[in-house]
Amino acid sequence: MSVTPVLSVKDLTINYDNFPAVDNISFDVQEGDCLGIVGPNGAGKTTLFRAILGLQSFSGNMKLFGYENPKYSSIIPLIGYVPQKVTFEPNFPATVYDVVSMGIISEKRIVQGAKLIQECGCCWNRVYQSIKKNEDKVTQALHTVGLESLRNRRIGELSGGELQRVFIAKALVKDPLLLILDEPVASVDVESQTKFYNVIKTINEQNKITIIWSSHDLDAISKYANRVACMNKKLFFHGEKEKFFSDKELLKTYTESSMQMHMHDHNHDMH
Amino acid sequence: MILEALSYTFMQKALVAGIAVGIICSFMGTFLVLRRYSLFGDGIAHVAFGGISVGLFLGIFPLWTAFVVSILGGLGLQKLRQSTKISGDAAVAVVLSSGFAVGVILVSASGGFSIDLFSFLFGSILLISNEDVIMILAISSGVIGTLVVLQKQFLHLTFNEEQAKLGGLRTTLLNYAFVILASITVVTSFRLVGMLLISALVVIPNITAMMFGMGFKKTVLVSMAISVSSVISGILVSYSLNVAPSGTIVLIAVAILMTTLALKSTGILRKVDIKTPSKISHNS
Repeated sequence: MSVTPVLSVKDLTINYDNFPAVDNISFDVQEGDCLGIVGPNGAGKTTLFRAILGLQSFSGNMKLFGYENPKYSSIIPLIGYVPQKVTFEPNFPATVYDVVSMGIISEKRIVQGAKLIQECGCCWNRVYQSIKKNEDKVTQALHTVGLESLRNRRIGELSGGELQRVFIAKALVKDPLLLILDEPVASVDVESQTKFYNVIKTINEQNKITIIWSSHDLDAISKYANRVACMNKKLFFHGEKEKFFSDKELLKTYTESSMQMHMHDHNHDMH
Repeated sequence: MILEALSYTFMQKALVAGIAVGIICSFMGTFLVLRRYSLFGDGIAHVAFGGISVGLFLGIFPLWTAFVVSILGGLGLQKLRQSTKISGDAAVAVVLSSGFAVGVILVSASGGFSIDLFSFLFGSILLISNEDVIMILAISSGVIGTLVVLQKQFLHLTFNEEQAKLGGLRTTLLNYAFVILASITVVTSFRLVGMLLISALVVIPNITAMMFGMGFKKTVLVSMAISVSSVISGILVSYSLNVAPSGTIVLIAVAILMTTLALKSTGILRKVDIKTPSKISHNS
């Protein structure tokens, strides 16, 4: 019996001014996967995520739990998404609690989503299903990311690592069907990175939430992902992480292209 | 002196209407300031001037025409920002000057400025009628009720529009509702401070409240407290000094802002960045 993938991407191409940002890629994400996407800057990872979230037009085909539009769009709010950057006013008068509670979605939408998931024979592990009060959901999400003590702290006063975890909690509080994290530890110190990855591990292994995350950090990918996709506009690899890390030729190509992009960025900055 | 002032019916009406306007301006103003729409009030007020002129020119109750024209102006402003590359402040300038130009032409065509028009320009809270008070209270209740119901959605929209959209909020509809509410708030407030000072009542209590570094609900409450106390003290002081209430209210709000700034600089208030030139991002 074939299992409906959480996400199915087929022949996806995205062009910016006739230049491909994503070039004819296809892959599936299965329930419970923790898929690490690696690729140099400008490889199209963020563009791919934006297309999955309906924020970017594309050619090709994408299905969420086997559904195309319009059902696809109705499931998007059930995806947890932490973008590479969230900009906000430094003196924005919101506490950690205020921001996390923004992630709560209506019960009506959850019930509609649950019905669709049931119809396609998939499983949605709703961690907060038994929690009725929104306040308790926020408390639980903050507990998962280890930030209960900061619930009344203003967000402008948090460190980069703490903010990352606040946005993870905001994504978790909706009981996401799928969690997408776009370079979540960029510019975060090593200690915060470790805390963050432990949170990811808990969410994936204990809460059974399917995760897609992009990163440049191959060490982290090797430790925390179970599958890897390697892309630079085109998809070079998609499969088990053991296979990726045992393929010396692929690793060499990835490292070289990353270095070239890094040098390019560096030279660009110098000028 | 204060008891004597409070014994007059016109003062009682002014205070009741003033408190209602103070509350809606500060509540709506929280979202306007955070969305960098601080000059929206000014823009809409100038458009409403055109609406008032239309009303006076056609012999219709001018506040009704002001409501209609300002809502249309607000929606036009929103459309201009969304569908063109014109920046927010430039869009406000375009709408502001267009509305005001219409007003000036109609005023000149109808024989110059009247007392009515001056009362809308500079406010005339001490001259309001019972019907005005009822109208202000009814509209203010509607605005406050809608803001209470939609505050979570508006907060999410204000914090990050794209994230709000991904969370399933109907951001386009919410944006239009936001603009309509803001336009209604501005026109309702005309009687208190007049169109030339409306921005002050929308902006000053909020930037003062934000210096206290609190969460959203507390910031809104502090902003309301500053706004209402400025209105009450402004009306009473203007009565005792026999000067215009609108200007007095605004100057008292400015004095509270300056005092808060001074307290902050001496370290009595919590250390909070009041104004930094750019936004910050969570991973920078």
